[in-house]
Amino acid sequence: MSHVSMTVNGKQMSGDAEGRTLLSQFLRETLGLTGTHVGCDTSQCGACVVHVDGVAVKSCTMLAMEADGADISTIEGQAAEDGTLNALQQAFQDHHGLQCGFCTPGMIMSAADLLKNNPTPTEAEVRHHLEGNICRCTGYHNIVKAIMAASGQDVSSIAAE
Amino acid sequence: MYNFDFEKPSTIADAVAALGDDEAQALGGGQTLIPTLKQRLASPSKLVSLKGIGEMQGICIADDGAVCIGGASCHADVAGSSDVFAGLAGLAGGIGDPAVRARGTIGGSLANNDPAACYPAAALGCGATIITNNRAIVADDYFEGMFATALEEGEIVTEVRFPVPEASNYQKFEQPASRFALVGVFVAKYADGVRVAVTGASEEGVFRWAEAEAALSANFSAEAIADLKLDSDGMIADLHGTSEYRAHLVGVLTRRAVAAAA
Repeated sequence: MSHVSMTVNGKQMSGDAEGRTLLSQFLRETLGLTGTHVGCDTSQCGACVVHVDGVAVKSCTMLAMEADGADISTIEGQAAEDGTLNALQQAFQDHHGLQCGFCTPGMIMSAADLLKNNPTPTEAEVRHHLEGNICRCTGYHNIVKAIMAASGQDVSSIAAE
Repeated sequence: MYNFDFEKPSTIADAVAALGDDEAQALGGGQTLIPTLKQRLASPSKLVSLKGIGEMQGICIADDGAVCIGGASCHADVAGSSDVFAGLAGLAGGIGDPAVRARGTIGGSLANNDPAACYPAAALGCGATIITNNRAIVADDYFEGMFATALEEGEIVTEVRFPVPEASNYQKFEQPASRFALVGVFVAKYADGVRVAVTGASEEGVFRWAEAEAALSANFSAEAIADLKLDSDGMIADLHGTSEYRAHLVGVLTRRAVAAAA
């Protein structure tokens, strides 16, 4: 066991980790931040995406000890303190960008990463960026629509709801 | 996952020393190794992260014009660098998905030499030089078959040097679930000839398609190889495609790469 410290959603947090402890496991089981989901065991589904030092990564494919000292953002840090959703979260709600909601934390974190680097992506760019995020409910249309709406674009003519 | 110790040295020398321990293994971005560990297909006693080594980061242009990429540079850095020529940047930008590109490294990809990985096609297609902690290996001597390379135990890919082609392009036919190449072809045109490297197709791993290179060196156009067929003997056959299908794809993708080369 080693002691691992990181800044998570602006707060300093720490706990013990083995060499094999995944970042996703550390966030969920040690820090109690269960908003980060684990949907597969093969690094394909993207439900576990968080930001590490400002970059979206799959937290199930990074060791907790690799994140020692890092600045982490998770889904829990996206809404305001009073629970007001951020623009992306609100757009997912407004455009029915989720059904069961399991993939949503990863979708939101991946989308936030896209919009940071490309504030007004095309539909094709959104779909390309979400290649590593799997949703089994929605068929993606409303997720894409929500992300484009959150970027301030007119989405009235794109995917059907 | 079986448990292991973890070290994150800050110099190549410390990493080499740490890798001297029995059953120690280098960890690049972990985008292949960590899933492998999850499946309990590997059980190293210790992982030595190469991500904290400053001298293995970054991209620069050497005095001879070659693009030098630190072994611990991630795919997103290569894809987004203005110092990297379009064919290589495009290849890096198409590996996996954005989160994988943010972690996975060129050194890790080349050290693993997955038969369906993208980077081996670029390294062999460009005649790159793989620099390790103690020597320089030309790509033609580096790749030794599926998951096999000239690297010795504990040897680290610290840098990769790509001579800049006049024109190049990489075309990948993705296996849609894994985003690995069902077949990928890197074409690079140099003053002294054209190189064509194929990944994903052969049971021997990445290889050069000599007949296409000869034809394209004489006439760099898709028409020059329109009638060229690759023998399907030795091509991979699995549930995603037959060996004949892969051999066919090699021809199609080579022509597309030539047409798109810039």
